[in-house]
Amino acid sequence: MGFATRLVSVLVLLAGWQAAASAAGSRLLPAPLAILDFIRRESASGDLWWNVGITLSRVGISFFLAMTLGVLLGIALGRSRRLNLVLDTPLLILLNTPALVITVLAYIWVGLNEAAAIVAVVLNKLPNVAVILREGARGLDPQLEEMARTYRFDRRTWIAHVLVPQLQPFAVAAARSGLSLAWKIVLVIELLGRPNGVGFAINYYFVQSLNVAAIVGYSIVFMSVMIAIDILILQRLEAYVRRWR
Amino acid sequence: MAGSAAPGPGAVALRVDIDRKVYGAGGREPVEAVRGLAFSVIAGEITCLIGPSGAGKTTTLRILLGLDPDYEGRVTPHPDAAGIAMAFQEPRLLPWRTVEQNVRLALPRGTRGQDLDGLFDSLGLGPWRSRYPGALSLGMARRVSLARALAQKPRILVLDEPFVSLDDTSAAGLRGLVVAAVERSGMGVLMVTHNVAEAIEIADRLLLVSGRPAGLLGTIPLERPRGARDRAWVEGRRAALAAQFPTVIAG
Repeated sequence: MGFATRLVSVLVLLAGWQAAASAAGSRLLPAPLAILDFIRRESASGDLWWNVGITLSRVGISFFLAMTLGVLLGIALGRSRRLNLVLDTPLLILLNTPALVITVLAYIWVGLNEAAAIVAVVLNKLPNVAVILREGARGLDPQLEEMARTYRFDRRTWIAHVLVPQLQPFAVAAARSGLSLAWKIVLVIELLGRPNGVGFAINYYFVQSLNVAAIVGYSIVFMSVMIAIDILILQRLEAYVRRWR
Repeated sequence: MAGSAAPGPGAVALRVDIDRKVYGAGGREPVEAVRGLAFSVIAGEITCLIGPSGAGKTTTLRILLGLDPDYEGRVTPHPDAAGIAMAFQEPRLLPWRTVEQNVRLALPRGTRGQDLDGLFDSLGLGPWRSRYPGALSLGMARRVSLARALAQKPRILVLDEPFVSLDDTSAAGLRGLVVAAVERSGMGVLMVTHNVAEAIEIADRLLLVSGRPAGLLGTIPLERPRGARDRAWVEGRRAALAAQFPTVIAG
């Protein structure tokens, strides 16, 4: 039932799109089939998968760094009142600085290179992860803490069996929201200062030829990849960490 | 922590002397929770601590477990070395670990692989070993909590209201398990309870504690063997105590 509803909603969307494209009759509003055609050609030339691969690796590296640093920082902030007092304001500032500003400054200060691109994504995403994990680390169950102290749990046992299981749902939530944030920012960063990747390709077709089929085509392909990662990896991970409920 | 070199029956397993415990000392409204509470836990005996709620019983337990070092007095041997295992009122199991993992993880690394079949079976937990605590009733969860404590082979077992909010059958079952474990192992048991009749039924000694600040009002030995305590005897003792200590025990 749920699947049928979803299918109908997608079909209605496609039909509406097709009707609008036919009515407009302009290359600025291409029909769904024209986009499919572009994807096929770009895929055959190899450009599509090269650009998607580049973007994906940027997303992967910066996502991994932001998650690792953000989780550690979040736990530290949640456990130490003083550290939280020191870092709360800088975190708030970073959280509210536009992605665009962080990106431009990273390119100016670090240079127009790969490192700057990665730094920019990490700085954009890290505060979100840290804030979510801070909530998790603040909400640790005091009764379990007391139990662990009474039974003299060693540090390794405490981390693996008391701390981490309580933070897992927060880490997965941060990962899911963070992944979609990271890839959107990566496209902006590529558009502003990288010679390859999906963001670069979109900018290229925009400036070069106002090729809307290309812009939408790239967007759809990359979006599909990210949704697939969310469903195939992150949602399963979420189900796994909640298995005991 | 828990050694097997248990002192012989009748020996003092733990000595608790709390001269004074104040919350918020130096603040504007310090609260004196305990004053002059001294008692022993004897090996092979069940000692019940009885007192009005809010009388600092939990505070006392936290001190003798070594969770609260901020008090005047001493606990001998030191809580780290006394071999104390605790079953909390709320079972406090790790919900994301199975029953068996909960029991094993509380053991020191290196002893976690030991054979626990006898323990699980004696508590009727055999079929539940691979289940998560969320699937258990409160009575079963309390048994797991008891298994976790007993697996330590403690010299002293501390129980905080272990039978509260259980139906009569589960409470009686769990009581029987505790008594059997004490008689088997010779450990000393300290049990905190509100239920005077229950305490008179299973304890060797009652410690009556006053309202805040908690202090010791009296120590009542119960000599009659546990098996020979019938309902009438329990009720008789309870009525006598109520007459003698009306502030602690309701008539």
